[in-house]
Amino acid sequence: MQEKVLMKGNEALAEAAILAGCRHYFGYPITPQTEVAAYMSKKMPKIGGVFLQAESEIAAINMVYGVAATGKRCMTSSSSPGIALKCEGISYLAGSDLPALIVNVQRGGPGLGGIQPSQSDYFLATRGPGHGDFHVIVLAPASVQEMADMTLKGFELADKYRMPCMLLADGTMGQMMEPVVLPDPVEIDTTPKDWAVTGTECKREHHIVNSLYLSPKKLEDINLERFERYKQIEENECLWEEFMMEDAEICIVSCGITARVSRNAILEARKQGIKVGMIRPITLWPFPKKALLSAADKVKSFISVELNMGQMKEDIELAIRCKKPVYGCTRVGGMITTVDDILASIKEAAKGEE
Amino acid sequence: MADHQIIIAGFGGQGLLFSGKVLAYAGLAENRQLSWLPSYGPEMRGGTANCTVILSDEPIGSPIVDHPNVVMVMNNPSLDKYENMVAPGGKLFVDSALISRKVERDDIDVYYIPATQLAKEMGAPTLANMILLGAIVKETGCVSDEHLDEGLRHAVPARHADLIDLNIKALELGKNYTQA
Repeated sequence: MQEKVLMKGNEALAEAAILAGCRHYFGYPITPQTEVAAYMSKKMPKIGGVFLQAESEIAAINMVYGVAATGKRCMTSSSSPGIALKCEGISYLAGSDLPALIVNVQRGGPGLGGIQPSQSDYFLATRGPGHGDFHVIVLAPASVQEMADMTLKGFELADKYRMPCMLLADGTMGQMMEPVVLPDPVEIDTTPKDWAVTGTECKREHHIVNSLYLSPKKLEDINLERFERYKQIEENECLWEEFMMEDAEICIVSCGITARVSRNAILEARKQGIKVGMIRPITLWPFPKKALLSAADKVKSFISVELNMGQMKEDIELAIRCKKPVYGCTRVGGMITTVDDILASIKEAAKGEE
Repeated sequence: MADHQIIIAGFGGQGLLFSGKVLAYAGLAENRQLSWLPSYGPEMRGGTANCTVILSDEPIGSPIVDHPNVVMVMNNPSLDKYENMVAPGGKLFVDSALISRKVERDDIDVYYIPATQLAKEMGAPTLANMILLGAIVKETGCVSDEHLDEGLRHAVPARHADLIDLNIKALELGKNYTQA
């Protein structure tokens, strides 16, 4: 185990990617994730890795597409407007069943928006960022420690299911420093992959990486097979954390920075005698539907605390099949919900019961 | 106070984020729970900049602080912004060489320290931040002297290691100033 160090979230995720065996980083600078590229530019040349600042986000994601086809761990990172540009490439990665890590340190939108923290790419990330029927696994870290741990997890899941994984952070997570214990370096499985494009040396059949299928039947079969895999992921890979849920009558659902603020609000509300708890989704896709559905039988209402106009709220309502009311507590544009904002929503929800 | 929620604010370029980093590294040396959150907007190039540091014995929830119990301000806009946010009973450290007005609240402890002037007098005009930080550590005990020293050594980049002694001198000046 390594010792505790102080790092920014962006730096911790970059170092964790290196420890996960990633030696190929392609990016383009954008606030508030530029430290990822800066860190990689210093480190990669020293360890025989590749750091490449591409001419655009679109170029960077297509470089990732190329390396992913060879079966090597690779990644790119950006913030909201840059991620929008990458969506075409992410769809090609998904259509070709290739693993890769895409980091999105979200900022306010739409358009160029602002540079302050946001969670407004929730729909973009969880509905399949690009054209066509597909998902990416979406991880939402809520501490610098999780920025590192989820990076490792992201590479693992991407490899396990041969699909892109998105680390969906926000500006606060990227910029803040906290003590972090970095993971031990991962031993990468170097067994040749039966799909990777690495050169045949005229000794085997060609491996073909492709997302174009002109036969409708063939394309349908491939989509169906892919969604069988998605079903397994929904079954096996949901991650969430419960906080003070044992006796909770109101359940806050929140991820990332707003989950951190919610924690303070919950402790404050409990001092005032209101029984509040929290379910913090760590995977946003797959969304921890079962945990929420079972909570719906115990609590009287839910509050979705998020930095967008209520995108996750829809997933909560679907997960609990609208059995209980779901209140919203949201700020947008780079503003962050305060403890007082959340307390007001808690009181509104508590009153709604009576 | 087991829980120090500190906001350090002023103009970009005054070394505010660095002061926070020194505290954060000192907290790390003490093996405490901590968070350091900077402003990262265009204000870093001359407008107002700030950082929030939490040092605690308990796990830290939000890294964002609405009612800090320790505030250090190095320009007028920051005093205007943060004066009313300080928690009752909290401590407010004012660089009185740069801020002429007095604090209006009477339910907090206020320390007026002409840090920028003191820094000029000691021949290190960029170290006003360290003088104020010395005063904070002295008055709040948020970290021990020993760990403050260790935090400073971690926060100063290797290429500036020759400046450590001068920084320590500035910290000492701040500690002794409030004693007087």
